Amino acid sequence: MAEDEAFNWLNPFASIDLDIDGRTDGIKQWAIANRDTIQPIKSFFDGLISLIDTTLQSVPPTIMLIIVVLLAWQAAGRRVAVLVGACLLALGLLAPGAWGLAMTTLAIVISAVLLCVVIGLPLGILAGKSDGFEAAIRPVLDTMQTIPAFVYLVPVVMLVGIGDVSGVIVTIIFAIAPLIRLTSLGIRGVNSSVVEAARAFGATPRQIMFKVELPLATPTILAGLNQTIMLALSMVVIASMISVKGLGNEVLRAMGRLDAGKAIVGGLGIVLLAIVLDRITQGLGRSGRERGHRHWWQSGPVGLILRLTGRKSEKPQ
Amino acid sequence: MTQYTNEAVIRCDGIWKIFGDRSAQAMKAVVEDGLSKDEIRRRYDCIVGVRDASFAVGRGEIFCIMGLSGSGKSTLIRHINRLIEPSAGSVVIEGRNVGEMGAKELRALRAEKIGMVFQNMALMPHRTVSENVVFSLEVRGIGEATRRKVAQQAIDAVELTGWERKYPDELSGGMQQRVGLARAIAADPTILLMDEPFSALDPLIRRQLQDTFMKLSAELHKTTVFITHDLDEAIRIGDRIAIMKDGILVQVGTPEQIVTEPADDYVADFVAGISKLDLVTAARVMQPLEQYRQAHGMADPINWPVAHPDDKLNALVDLAVTSDNPILVQADGADLGVVTKSALLRGIQGRQDAGTETGGRV
Repeated sequence: MAEDEAFNWLNPFASIDLDIDGRTDGIKQWAIANRDTIQPIKSFFDGLISLIDTTLQSVPPTIMLIIVVLLAWQAAGRRVAVLVGACLLALGLLAPGAWGLAMTTLAIVISAVLLCVVIGLPLGILAGKSDGFEAAIRPVLDTMQTIPAFVYLVPVVMLVGIGDVSGVIVTIIFAIAPLIRLTSLGIRGVNSSVVEAARAFGATPRQIMFKVELPLATPTILAGLNQTIMLALSMVVIASMISVKGLGNEVLRAMGRLDAGKAIVGGLGIVLLAIVLDRITQGLGRSGRERGHRHWWQSGPVGLILRLTGRKSEKPQ
Repeated sequence: MTQYTNEAVIRCDGIWKIFGDRSAQAMKAVVEDGLSKDEIRRRYDCIVGVRDASFAVGRGEIFCIMGLSGSGKSTLIRHINRLIEPSAGSVVIEGRNVGEMGAKELRALRAEKIGMVFQNMALMPHRTVSENVVFSLEVRGIGEATRRKVAQQAIDAVELTGWERKYPDELSGGMQQRVGLARAIAADPTILLMDEPFSALDPLIRRQLQDTFMKLSAELHKTTVFITHDLDEAIRIGDRIAIMKDGILVQVGTPEQIVTEPADDYVADFVAGISKLDLVTAARVMQPLEQYRQAHGMADPINWPVAHPDDKLNALVDLAVTSDNPILVQADGADLGVVTKSALLRGIQGRQDAGTETGGRV
């Protein structure tokens, strides 16, 4: 190969071959060799995803639509609830099977985001606390965010095979970075004098974390969660290449058959789902001050029910 | 002034604090070679925050530390509850060395014994007023019912009744600092640490809060370390005042001592504009009766107005305008000395030789 060529000072790179690609291909061998140890983890993921998927599929679309609209009302207010209701209606009307496909995609996204939170929140807190860890994890996050998904698609498939589990893993790799970054940012942004006051009144490091730092960092962390959800949704088409079902798969198949109509249906479905998830999580991220310092149970449908029942119990007096 | 015993509740011995990456080496060099502040900065790139500060605060005493910004006073006060570790020296609270406490013991000390008020309030924006006030009880795991009772008492004490369920950013600055004060006294601590509590407030509100604080202080009798950059405030509030400059305690004394016997030019400059009327006592401006008689001949003090040695100049002025005679200073029926009109005027001027204008001692 390159060794045959004479060394040339003006173009040294052509004659040097460190065989990096050959060596990194070893990851494939490692993956095949370690398949058995991966199995229990895989079946755990599988169980989680199918549990969420069957739950979402078993709820009749009308009931599901009402639940999501109520959720949006509670989290983000009446106007967002109307928008979310319209989006879900449009999603259902796109095609007879669109609703079911959307629920499958939603199940994958929810599984991936749940695991992102489980993994990302502690890492983000650690990065917020330790400059060293932040410096160490930053290039890793950069890599995860920018490396083309196809690069890790192959090793992941080698490791766990095609299917939903690989899809979730690939989605996590791509989507977890903003949650970690913004959790760290949120923790770092907490007013240090408030933390000092908590110390001065005898709080343990744990109490400072849960009673001061995390509550104050919550709006920033939720902004990170919102970004993570959006990135997870943008992965569904790529994930469908490793046989993940749902809306992404529709787009992929339509592309293969040059079926523009079907591609548009799948694509619009993803967009509508994205709008629904984005508006709801953005509503969560608003601070208490913007809500006029009302507790969450004082507004939305829960507040309405509480007020109605409260009025009833007042009458007999 | 409030009564306090000589028992030291807080004792700081030789506190040094040097900030910087090489602070340990710098501290060693200070001990061995006695480097100056500039030398430490040049050789070790370290900043001296506090330089060999020693003082003791008695039970019930209000001890003011006065200095300009950057003089190290906020750093010094944070050594008392060990928010900052000293580079050298020790802090002893009620006989126990704070520096030797374990994490658990230190937290108990902070939660039960010490209340702290901060210049920037440092209230928790996500908690209501009463949740802020009982934070130190909450971290100790004290039950909801007790917490509610304590919160109500503390909030009533700072005259914020009715605001319990509001959030800090719905309150004005002065009210926020009342919450800070309520939080500090909620656990009924022995010690109050006040880090420039009223500096960020406008003058009228500051005055109100000073009044609230002094009323509370008279009722509760807390041992208090009070930091301020305002000498008027220090004189108004403090039983004793320490003047701090460049990390050094320049002078420690009663307000009267600080004003009448400034230790150096720096302190003298500070106290130059301070009114002496309510600070300087008759004892300081009088001359002995014998001396007066030698200078002025035998006078019969029978019709002279009479004052007590602890009476302030303000009271002496009131006496002086009623009579042409000098003022006789008496304690327990014994004639101690005489305050002449000129001595009184010199005293108001703040001249140190007020009582000596005819050769008497200060």
